[in-house]
Amino acid sequence: MSKKITIEPVTRVEGHGKVTIHMDAQGNIQQSRLHIVEFRGFERFVQGRPYWEAPVLVQRLCGICPVSHHLAAAKALDVIVGAGTGDGLTPTGEKMRRLMHYGQFFQSHALHFFHLSAPDFLFGVDGDPATRNIIGIALTNPELAVQGVMMRKFGQEIIRATAGKKIHGTGAIPGGINKNLSIEERDEFLKGADPLNADKMVSWAEEALDFFKKYYFANKDFVDNFSYFPSNHLSLVRKDGALDIYHGVLRAVDADGKKILHDVDYQDYDKYIEEEVRSWSYMKFPYLKEFGKEKGWYRVGPLARLNTADFIPTPLAQKEFEAYKALTNGKPNNHCLHMHYARLIETLHAAEMIRELLNDPDLLGDDLVIKGEKQKEGVGLIEAPRGTLFHHYRINDNDQIEMANLIVSTTNNNEPMNKAVNHVAKSVMTGKEVITEGMMNAVEVAIRAYDPCLSCATHALGKMPLELTLVGPDDQILDRKRTH
Amino acid sequence: MNQKPSILIFGYGNPGRQDDGLGAAFIERMEQWVENNAFQNITLDTNYQLNIEDAEQIAAFDHVCFVDASIEPIEQFSFTKVEPSDAKVEFTMHAVSPAFVLDLCQKLFSKTPETWLLHLKGYHWEFEEKLSEEAKTNLEAALEFFQQHLIKKMNN
Repeated sequence: MSKKITIEPVTRVEGHGKVTIHMDAQGNIQQSRLHIVEFRGFERFVQGRPYWEAPVLVQRLCGICPVSHHLAAAKALDVIVGAGTGDGLTPTGEKMRRLMHYGQFFQSHALHFFHLSAPDFLFGVDGDPATRNIIGIALTNPELAVQGVMMRKFGQEIIRATAGKKIHGTGAIPGGINKNLSIEERDEFLKGADPLNADKMVSWAEEALDFFKKYYFANKDFVDNFSYFPSNHLSLVRKDGALDIYHGVLRAVDADGKKILHDVDYQDYDKYIEEEVRSWSYMKFPYLKEFGKEKGWYRVGPLARLNTADFIPTPLAQKEFEAYKALTNGKPNNHCLHMHYARLIETLHAAEMIRELLNDPDLLGDDLVIKGEKQKEGVGLIEAPRGTLFHHYRINDNDQIEMANLIVSTTNNNEPMNKAVNHVAKSVMTGKEVITEGMMNAVEVAIRAYDPCLSCATHALGKMPLELTLVGPDDQILDRKRTH
Repeated sequence: MNQKPSILIFGYGNPGRQDDGLGAAFIERMEQWVENNAFQNITLDTNYQLNIEDAEQIAAFDHVCFVDASIEPIEQFSFTKVEPSDAKVEFTMHAVSPAFVLDLCQKLFSKTPETWLLHLKGYHWEFEEKLSEEAKTNLEAALEFFQQHLIKKMNN
């Protein structure tokens, strides 16, 4: 006799996901699957549209990470307008885009930490769900909650200043950018009243990191062993091996740190990466062709980026990076919950980069756009907060998009999220007849570590409870739990 | 002379998803009306969704009205008062509800602006930057109601 447990949807994860856990008669976990209803219609939707519309159109994918899609599309179209593959823009064009991207990174990582993951650290994975959220933090640790809110706001204001507006920003255009930063905007971000200035953001990013480290060293066994499994890791890196979330070459390392994708040009990504379709999920499973479906899957995101990069090019984050790398003796870090540690190091790096860029006079320049010989095809790659994001377009003689292929970060993490769910299910559910809320949340903690954004999959926001169904061997429902 | 209360009208939703753009369309239409009437005390804003930082923004106002599209079985629109609530957070945790924003505002900034939610009935939600005809009708009805409501409120 076997049983099937279904958790639907996954709370504190954007969009609609469902977890199914199969148990045998002895209560052993046989198989776990994360089903995601991914919406793939967008690639067809852009076909026939003028190519220059793409950076604005792609923001319609969702309202959660519009900047990442905006910049990835713009980078692909840089190639099409003959402006090169990301490092051929004018200094003002490239640095304004970078400022926009670091602003997005900063606010997205801050949201994840303060709103989605810190409640688990403060109140415990099996803590009272009524208070295990940012409202609970506001009541018990208001200073921390205010920091989270104001860090989000600072990042959003950077985006507004660089993209032009909150909805459907138009800052990045093929071949460059359509506005520079005014002196007033720059001075406001650099010298604005506390807390909304770059120095304060760097300081608060350090405090958030200290908060996590304090938790980590007090709960080292739990953090280290929660959903640990080896994997490959993939990301952009700068040509000299530095962490770079805007532009670089594509690198992958295996679980021991051996390079298995050697700093290749991402214009050729389809030579190295393939996507597998599985009957039980709408979301594809990417893998490195050379190593096949079984061994070629990889992780993307903060953990992967700090595993592929050789160093971080800002001093405070580099110091933290060195301490972080020492935990695994310089080898890749395969601990699922260290994703939060890596995310906070990146948050600090983003704050430092924002400050560094704001002090760069190139942001005030007037040379915004560059164009060259038009091409028919281009690939834009960017490290979105959740991981590597691919945009690939081909145009026809009428300047219309005739082919689009997008591989979003959450798709890149599909296999590792499934592995993570299986690992946690085995750990907390084996032999259990009753599924507690704490067990359900443990599964979600593993998924949330990847900060998946599934809103490309659905626009039916809210109104859906958390549901867990236990199904017997003959598909009869043995038990069902629902939370609201 | 009494100082007029500060008012924030905040529309949210994705204009690239047909009727989900009702909130942003409402604000766009209000811009001209506010300008024509020279209402200095009214601030208009839009975004894809509400999030935790909006708690800080609404703390600066006496009155707040959120405007959103709705798939609920309402008539053309509904206008309801928002009470702060720390009730179970919605599953889409990259976005939060008006009640959640208000509750966070109260707890973090010790402010509780009088807050309302204007829901406009929507019907279609696919990738297209265009409101359906039914949604446009609802938008007009909601604008007429809301502008009258604001005028009455400011004259009281």
